[in-house]
Amino acid sequence: MIAVVDYHKGNLKSVERGLIGVGADARITDDPDVIRKARAIVLPGVGAFTDAANAMRELNQMDLLRVRIAEGVPFLGICLGLHLLCAGGEEHAQGKPTPGLGVIPGIVKALPKVDADGNAYKIPHVGWNSIEIKLQGSPLLKGIEDGEHFYFTHSYVAPDSFATIATTTHSMTFPSVVQWRQSCFGVQFHPEKSSDAGAQVLRNFVEFAHEV
Amino acid sequence: MLTKRVIPCMDVTDGRVVKGVNFVNLRDAGDPIELAQRYDEQKADEVIFLDITATSDDRATTVELASRASEELHLPYTVGGGFRSVADIRRMIAAGADKVSVNSAAVKDPTLITQAAEAFGTQAIIVAIDAKQRADNPNKWEVYLAGGRTPTGIDAVEWAAEAAKRGAGEILLTSMDRDGTRDGFDCALTRAVARAVDIPVIASGGVGKLEHFAEGIIDGEADAVLAASVFHFGELTIRQVKEYMRSQGIPVRL
Repeated sequence: MIAVVDYHKGNLKSVERGLIGVGADARITDDPDVIRKARAIVLPGVGAFTDAANAMRELNQMDLLRVRIAEGVPFLGICLGLHLLCAGGEEHAQGKPTPGLGVIPGIVKALPKVDADGNAYKIPHVGWNSIEIKLQGSPLLKGIEDGEHFYFTHSYVAPDSFATIATTTHSMTFPSVVQWRQSCFGVQFHPEKSSDAGAQVLRNFVEFAHEV
Repeated sequence: MLTKRVIPCMDVTDGRVVKGVNFVNLRDAGDPIELAQRYDEQKADEVIFLDITATSDDRATTVELASRASEELHLPYTVGGGFRSVADIRRMIAAGADKVSVNSAAVKDPTLITQAAEAFGTQAIIVAIDAKQRADNPNKWEVYLAGGRTPTGIDAVEWAAEAAKRGAGEILLTSMDRDGTRDGFDCALTRAVARAVDIPVIASGGVGKLEHFAEGIIDGEADAVLAASVFHFGELTIRQVKEYMRSQGIPVRL
């Protein structure tokens, strides 16, 4: 069973149905016991970093997810779910960044409204953008071509790190796919809203979860 | 690079597509979900369901449609029409809609835009504007309500700028002069609005042939182009439109 972690910030049905649509036994849950026993974990993205991180702490999910990721459970963070893998985030933070799961070093920051040359960009970054694959061979990107388009909607981005395996460019180039060790992944785009290419990413994750 | 979007719009009442749809091989031509899935196959970037009656009675049906769409569609979708309050919007977002489009209610109470953007994020709030060229000044456009029947005296470009400032994530701009004419978008209007705001503008109203789509992006400076009947009647496929746009140097997802 794949646990779709619910931290009470919005509708997760499209993620659950996206996983079921590619053959997974997926279930939305906020129950630490269910998350503890799940074969794989998906952390979807709804809301803002600070609100989500606080809710996850109150629901006793934060430490549990840290343990499960360290154990090597197949894990996929989507959008804000990728951000939450990082050490901290500035979105809605009071003063210093709100702590995240700390799997990936660095702080999640707002996308700049102008690029390095001073050109203006529309923020939030909403719509279909392409990914540039930096590191071939990730099981998550099996069958995905360099330059494939996915649906993005966000105003904040994860920091570049050793975990970056694909990037996307808007007002700056940011990590759009990350992988930590063998089995922990994050995507900035929404695979559940990205038509066939998105379904391929979800299928890859589900197949990976059943192989390990 | 962020691509330019092509968006089919479906008019819906009581959970059914109302305008004549002439699409081959549809099991149920009136089912907005099935139609949207066909558009997904043709590489539509997102779809809009516009609830054209939107009386309080059939809101429930539209919420149901949004809920089904969140389970069965694999692309982003917007629901528009009839929102009067943040509570109305909340029901639709909770049902799974990625975005909502508000029109009259935002004109009557512009604070609704800010309240909704704070509650659901700017990316979820589209402000729809129906604009008509002023008879006394061809370089000015006026905001109309009630499907083009009620003039407001408000300048469309100024209203778009205010909506953006108040937290709108996108402007859906329809030219009432061009809507249904098949003469192409009002590119002067679209460009005036696109230059007045720092959020994406969706051009709507008037598409009749392939060239019009590229004009909306290049001359109108829009970020997305919307059409209904040319797609519903099968005159053009979305793939055809996007291939043409690409041939004109516009970045699209294909």
